[in-house]
Amino acid sequence: METRLEKAVSAMKGQIDARVVSYFSSCIHCGLCADACLFYTETGDPRYTPIYKLEPLRKVWRQEYSFWGKLALKLGLEKPLTEDDLANWEDLIYDGCSLCARCTLVCPVGNDIVYMIRREREGMVASGYAPEGLQGAVERSLRTGSPMGVSLKTLQASIRNVEKDSGLKVPLDAEGADYLALLSSMEVVNFPEYIEALARIFREAGVRWTLSSEAYEATNSGIQIGDSKVAAELVQRVVTAAEKLGVKYVISPECGHAYTAIRWEGPNLIGRELPFKVVHILELLDQLRREGKLQTEGSTDERLTFHDPCQLVRRGGVVQEPRDLLNMVATDFVEMADHGVMNWCCGGGGGVSANERAEPLRLKAFNRKKRQLEDLGVQTLVTACANCRMVLEEGLEENEMYIPVIGLTEMLAERLVEHERKPDTGSG
Amino acid sequence: MFTEFVDGPFWYFSATVFVVGVLWRLLAIFRAGNLHDLAPSRAPGFPGAVRMTFRRFIVHREFLRPAGLHVIAGYMFHIGLFALLFFAAPHVEFYKERIFGFGWPTLPHWAFVLAADFAFAGLLLLWLHRLLHPVRRLISNVDDHIASILVFLVMLTGCMALFESFDPLRVIHYFLAELLLIYFPFSSLMHTFTFVLSRGFTGSTYAHHGVDA
Repeated sequence: METRLEKAVSAMKGQIDARVVSYFSSCIHCGLCADACLFYTETGDPRYTPIYKLEPLRKVWRQEYSFWGKLALKLGLEKPLTEDDLANWEDLIYDGCSLCARCTLVCPVGNDIVYMIRREREGMVASGYAPEGLQGAVERSLRTGSPMGVSLKTLQASIRNVEKDSGLKVPLDAEGADYLALLSSMEVVNFPEYIEALARIFREAGVRWTLSSEAYEATNSGIQIGDSKVAAELVQRVVTAAEKLGVKYVISPECGHAYTAIRWEGPNLIGRELPFKVVHILELLDQLRREGKLQTEGSTDERLTFHDPCQLVRRGGVVQEPRDLLNMVATDFVEMADHGVMNWCCGGGGGVSANERAEPLRLKAFNRKKRQLEDLGVQTLVTACANCRMVLEEGLEENEMYIPVIGLTEMLAERLVEHERKPDTGSG
Repeated sequence: MFTEFVDGPFWYFSATVFVVGVLWRLLAIFRAGNLHDLAPSRAPGFPGAVRMTFRRFIVHREFLRPAGLHVIAGYMFHIGLFALLFFAAPHVEFYKERIFGFGWPTLPHWAFVLAADFAFAGLLLLWLHRLLHPVRRLISNVDDHIASILVFLVMLTGCMALFESFDPLRVIHYFLAELLLIYFPFSSLMHTFTFVLSRGFTGSTYAHHGVDA
């Protein structure tokens, strides 16, 4: 029977491709990546240096693929990967990395460090060295479809409440829709106003859309924990539902990693091109704005800023859209010193927020965002990711900073120009 | 005897190890393979790869403050070494006689001295930083130190042999340079070549995702 170590080595070997080999071959251990990582800058602990977090994967590469590494191992000059290494690195790889990819932007030899961390997690999870919180989220995702255990009944209750409050129809399994909207559990439970915002904006813009009772969850715990099989299963559920409904587009919600999961990793996970186009909600709203189908009236004169979800900007290229949208409804929008692709993470991405053990570290890492906000003196913080929003709210609360955090889609819906309401038919 | 060995068989041996070793390492990268990305692309990857290959020569301004000394030392060392390696008169003469059969314009003496000062100061600063800075100390390994020491000794003996007044100095410089050639393919010095691939792979992915980085 394979030991945990053998499972880790075997899984990591399977993750070593040309990119990984070129990255390890190029690394000169300059340590510049440390200054890009908020877990290092906010703790001062060198163990949080991004390239150091890759030591287990580097050891596997050295001992399995490098002549010098194999020789050094035989001569006793280097130590092989051990189970202790896996145990000692688990917190660095999961608690101390939000997969924000800021380190990738500064590496002088161009190493995509987060690409390697993502692959290293495959080995960790295969050997059982992954945080309980994330393992629980994976189990709930496979069982109920949601990492938070949000069932279809909960969604239906949330839809009923939205319909009652707004008088609008929220379509579920509507045939003939062009767009299938995905949600994150946090939106269903904590921020149902997002669902109402979609219903209002899409009704006004004439977008034929629907939710699916078989695949309403966008969050992909498989991506976060680093388990491609789970990730593929969760993507496949969306693909199957979309094919059944015959939609042309799938809308990724206000969630950073969910966009990465379906837009960039999705086709590669299931091994074929997706039979629909994936759009992030901000991309769609910006398209509607350009087409004149999204019109707003009035604007807030509160001083506000926008927190870029890392996966949207650094891995997804959605940078200008939120700014163009925000400028429709805000007169005093100011940028943080580091914004767009150089944005600092909220500290809760990459599964960190689902990992209870990481909470003290996450709150410490939040000090970077705290300083950014203090420098600007804003009254409101806008973002486009339900996970960022929850992490930001917790961080602000912890630091007794009373700044409301709102989603951009809701903000637009609040100022939406709504013509005389016709009887609402949902997807039509 | 030692002079003939260094100028003859050991030179051919070290040059062969260098060329074969470097090609083998590069081949190993391509043999590892990459899966074709099935996600629809926002922009073609190749221009992104080329763009990042050149862009990353410039360090992001944000890092000039936390890592300013390191960044400046890095530029000093690499620019100084490049100038010495390819434009110092004795090196060009060597390339002409032993490798290419033709030469090219060389650095005037003052520029040589300046380049050498840059390279020495840069290398020493980088090495001191490696020894003293908590992050770099933690992530550095034996290979990093061997490479730094070898490059330093090759540069030092090269300067000592500059005036060609004492042939044994030249022979020692050749011998160390040949040791460096043998060590090169097995070490992190390979970044001299592989940086094009690592930047290229990442640049291509970023272009594919529509990220301007």
